[in-house]
Amino acid sequence: MTQRNRLSHTQSASQSRRQPSTSAAQEEDDDTIFTQPSSTQVQKGLEKLTAAEVERKVAEVVQYFLVKDQKKVPVRRAELVKNVVKEYRNVYPEIIKRTARTLDQVFGLKLVEIDSKNHMYILVNNLEPADGASPINSPTSPKMGLLFVILSVVFMKGGVVRENLIWNTLKKLRVDPGEKHEEFGDVKRLVTDEFVRQRYLEYARIPHTEPIEHEFRWGQRADAEVSKAKILEFLGQLFEQEPQSWSQQYKEAHSSQASSSSQR
Amino acid sequence: MSRQMGDSHRRFLQTMMANGIIDEQGAKALYQHCCEVHSTQCAADRLDDFIEVINSKLQPMFMQIRKGMSEVTGYQHYALVNMAETDITRMSSDYADNELELFRKTMDLIVGSENGTASSTDILNSTDSMTTKKLKKSETEHLLSRFVQDNWLSEKRGEYTLSTRCIIEMEQYIRKMYPDQVKVCYICHNVAFQCQICEKPTCGIKIHNPCVARYFKGRPDPHCPACEEFWPHEIPEIRRPRSQSRR
Ligand SMILES: [Zn+2]
Ligand SMILES: [Zn+2]
Repeated sequence: MTQRNRLSHTQSASQSRRQPSTSAAQEEDDDTIFTQPSSTQVQKGLEKLTAAEVERKVAEVVQYFLVKDQKKVPVRRAELVKNVVKEYRNVYPEIIKRTARTLDQVFGLKLVEIDSKNHMYILVNNLEPADGASPINSPTSPKMGLLFVILSVVFMKGGVVRENLIWNTLKKLRVDPGEKHEEFGDVKRLVTDEFVRQRYLEYARIPHTEPIEHEFRWGQRADAEVSKAKILEFLGQLFEQEPQSWSQQYKEAHSSQASSSSQR
Repeated sequence: MSRQMGDSHRRFLQTMMANGIIDEQGAKALYQHCCEVHSTQCAADRLDDFIEVINSKLQPMFMQIRKGMSEVTGYQHYALVNMAETDITRMSSDYADNELELFRKTMDLIVGSENGTASSTDILNSTDSMTTKKLKKSETEHLLSRFVQDNWLSEKRGEYTLSTRCIIEMEQYIRKMYPDQVKVCYICHNVAFQCQICEKPTCGIKIHNPCVARYFKGRPDPHCPACEEFWPHEIPEIRRPRSQSRR
């Protein structure tokens, strides 16, 4: 049973999982060591495995993605191969293909590679946010509301803004980055660390500024997950204005929407 | 009835994943909401069929939406549970070895107790006999609040109980690990922690507090359903569903 393993066998299980010191250099190595097997290698590998074995490994990989997605942390291919795929690495392309299919068909989530150089994956929701409010409030929704405001500001200001503008906007909404907020805790940490790690935002130092200043851009997850047309719609309702009146943004929203919806 | 999974099922499942557990009233409202959003048919009495479709697709992933009762309120709840024997299940990926050991010790105390609770003092004392890296007092307190926040334990005035979600998910494990200690409710046959016990030593059956409330409702002279002995405990009231309780 799960919990037996989980509780009484965890020692060995999680030791083997935690043991390797995952320094950045180490992971780089793993990534170069892992080369995608060819399709004939995959074919040969699959012949040696039963359907149940492959299905079981796919289930593990699906679970791994779901666990990481709870915290919105991107998954590195190297780490996935090392921790979960393991001895099935010779059939990796087949495993990942079936994982993507299950995530799509059962969970309504799309597996997206956000960084083809470092091979990083995230899950993006296939389902549009519902128009009517859900009767169940998910625990993350207030944070997502805050994020939506920040993404809106960045988008409306042409894709990049200095951090001061963001902090001032939030202060107007009574969210002070210098104070502990009862819903968000440390606001500055949430915005510059959590949202950044989750790839919703990019937070980069502006070169040659004294004192040091940073700027925000949309992160890769935001690009894949957040609809710019929805942002304009939301702002249109807020300011009682037609979304088309922001002509520049409207053009961008509808050209990028076309390209992202064709991916779906 | 279509047995195929549609977007309404997927939306329902996504909300279950984000929340872990939803009470029956919330689940019904969510079911209706998901059907409305995706313009699919919704029959009020078909929630369990709807969930069955999801479960048939979750089975290969060793996951399941399972139903169970809150020992406090008596309301039915739906929890998304994980049955995989892998080391990447939710709890072991969130906690270190010594943290899991403390959870197991807390569970020992709760299962071994008369009333299904463990006091924070007893839990703190149990850290003395830890075999993995010992937890300091402040670490233990912090960890206990994490268990509560993550919905594995419930806390009331320094007394800890297993949360409804934890009981639904761990029922099999508890029956297996504590075969001699585990109590089973005479009325609903599920494991019971917070319950009343028949005082006749040769009988000693257990009944959940909410099951007591329902069973003895309108019986002014309560007797044990097994041995006919007088039932000396106070009979709790049946709780009326409030709007939107999630635990
Ligand atoms: Zn019962
Ligand atoms: Zn009796």
